[in-house]
Amino acid sequence: MTNKTAPKLGLILLMAPLLIWLFALILLPHVDMFMLSITEKVAPRVYETGLGNYGEFFAEPLYWNTYARTAIMSILTTIVTLVIAFPVSYYIAKMLRGRMKAVLFVLCLLPFWVSELVRTFGWMILLRETGIISTFLQWAGLADQPIEMLYTDATIVVGLVYTSMLFMVVPLVTTLESLDDSYIEAGYDLGGNGFTVMREIVIPHAMPGIVSGCIVVFMLSLGNYLTPILLGGKDSLWFTEQIYAQFITRFNWEQGAAFGFLLLILSSLIVWGGLKLSRQTLSETMG
Amino acid sequence: MSSSPRTSDFDLECHNITKRFGDFTAVDDISFSIPKGSFFSILGPSGCGKTTLLRMMAGFLEPDSGDLRIKGKSMVGVPPNKRPVNMVFQHLALFPMMTVEENIAYGLKRQGMPKADIPAKVKSALERISLPDAGPKRIDQLSGGQKQRIAIARCLVLDPDVLLLDEPLGALDLKLREHMKVELKQLQHNFDTTFVYITHDQSEALVMSDQVAVMNHGVFEQVGTPQELYYKPKTAFVAGFVGDTNRWSGSIKGMSGNEVQVETKDGLKLVATAADQNLAKGQNVDIFVRPESVVISRKSDALVGIENTIKGNVESVLFDGANSRVLVRDPSSGDKIMVTLPQTGEFNDLQAGQELHLGWRLAQAKCFDTLAMSAEQLADMS
Ligand SMILES: Nc1ncnc2c1ncn2[C@@H]1O[C@H](COP(=O)(O)OP(=O)(O)O)[C@@H](O)[C@H]1O
Ligand SMILES: [Mg+2]
Repeated sequence: MTNKTAPKLGLILLMAPLLIWLFALILLPHVDMFMLSITEKVAPRVYETGLGNYGEFFAEPLYWNTYARTAIMSILTTIVTLVIAFPVSYYIAKMLRGRMKAVLFVLCLLPFWVSELVRTFGWMILLRETGIISTFLQWAGLADQPIEMLYTDATIVVGLVYTSMLFMVVPLVTTLESLDDSYIEAGYDLGGNGFTVMREIVIPHAMPGIVSGCIVVFMLSLGNYLTPILLGGKDSLWFTEQIYAQFITRFNWEQGAAFGFLLLILSSLIVWGGLKLSRQTLSETMG
Repeated sequence: MSSSPRTSDFDLECHNITKRFGDFTAVDDISFSIPKGSFFSILGPSGCGKTTLLRMMAGFLEPDSGDLRIKGKSMVGVPPNKRPVNMVFQHLALFPMMTVEENIAYGLKRQGMPKADIPAKVKSALERISLPDAGPKRIDQLSGGQKQRIAIARCLVLDPDVLLLDEPLGALDLKLREHMKVELKQLQHNFDTTFVYITHDQSEALVMSDQVAVMNHGVFEQVGTPQELYYKPKTAFVAGFVGDTNRWSGSIKGMSGNEVQVETKDGLKLVATAADQNLAKGQNVDIFVRPESVVISRKSDALVGIENTIKGNVESVLFDGANSRVLVRDPSSGDKIMVTLPQTGEFNDLQAGQELHLGWRLAQAKCFDTLAMSAEQLADMS
């Protein structure tokens, strides 16, 4: 009898730090957030329980436009990051050997040595009207007046892709390295060409890495605040900005909490959709 | 009229193939041709260049010089996916993301076979390797022997002119390996395809092959049937590597015709048949005698007329049914001599320490120029 319960107790003790962490830092704030989000301010210091904060979101086109725009741009960022990172990762994992491999890998890591703020300012120095690229283009005679490259959607995507690159490259390199060269050789030996080997062998094998990279990049982009604000300017219309505004500018915590919850639902839905589409399970991807 | 065979009689020909990695010559000026429908093995210790040679046939490496022809057509510069050869990889390389069926269908799709014809072809391939129900299984649900057969079927279904196999039995346990040896030979016979099989295991090569090439340091030492290699080795390396053998080193004291008198450094005097052309008095040589060529007797008078005789004590009896052997120690030199026990039952009660008389005929002892061998190669031979 005691034999049966003893390992159970041990397991509970082992899991305790994890459970406390989950409970105190994730579950508790979210429960609190949820409670907050279903509280309506009807008059100063008078509160009622109801879904009014969520209703407000659907009633105001600016809110859900921003919401949809953030989702679409984040998906776009994820796709662009994948398209750039895949060849780079393949090159690092399969074509390079020894030193060069480490050098290139560190090169991907290098941007993370400076803080996101400094990195983003770096982009601003390059892209602004009086910035390096604009000046260079005028000097080279390719432009006859200063060009403003900041504050466009493309700039936001570029900044987000740059910030996310490493989080795509690492899982991709890891999965691609685990693909034995003999599978690729067998793919060619049995008559495949570069395209079919990629489609039938390399990509299916790399799928867990692709999906986990995409999830991380998507979440990071969706929840990013600094990059869209700095590179997109006042009109960047990123949803985190709305949340910030509700909490800080308007001091409307109830509305902010509702927005926060909506963002959580959005990211969960899109990740779930992505997993379904790629026929992966979360455990396969993270394992 | 002409005695030289036409090109099309050979499925695969190599002419003076050389491959270097930096300063190191992995494959050194090798030429050979493989007749249609035969089982050709390349046997050699690890690191001798077998895989390098095979990968040149498959197209994963280009030779530095020389020509490689398949069915008379030069393959130099032809990429692997355009060559009429397929390869069974050392670790099989069955695609884990596909089912058995999909693995076999992969090559057929690449050949552009109509989608409707593929299932029937896959089914018949699975039947030929006697795994008719394996189709929907995943690769990790198969046993080692089943994987082996699927890997071979995946290639053979494409009807290649030549099938290349790189030590495919290496990963299997001993019992399965014995079984697969027979089965591979059977498969080759059923599909009537030319097999090029590389291995470092001499028994695999001897059992399965029509022709064996013994390779060492990037060159072919000898090419021949298993019988030729076993009974008529041309070099000391072949004599030592193919089959089990006893070996004495010494120097030539005298020669008369084909007969050489040799004295070992322990003072043992032996006579042997010269197997090398250019032996001379005073030269250092090796003498090789097969365990089954040694006659044993409890009394010395049974061995009269036999050119070489030694008296020794039984060190240990290595009982293995019909393959039982006895290890006899020569007290004067300390040499250990391996002898196959005759199946007469006469020596069934042999005990360690007993005295035995050994003898072997002049014709059974082959004398070769001494070969410089690395320790690793010597370990491989035993
Ligand atoms: N890509 C390579 N670069 C440098 N040396 C190599 C390469 N491939 C093989 N070699 C060397 O060539 C020799 C033969 O190798 P290999 O053909 O694999 O031998 P085997 O298959 O007979 O064991 C080995 O000494 C190996 O170190
Ligand atoms: Mg090898």
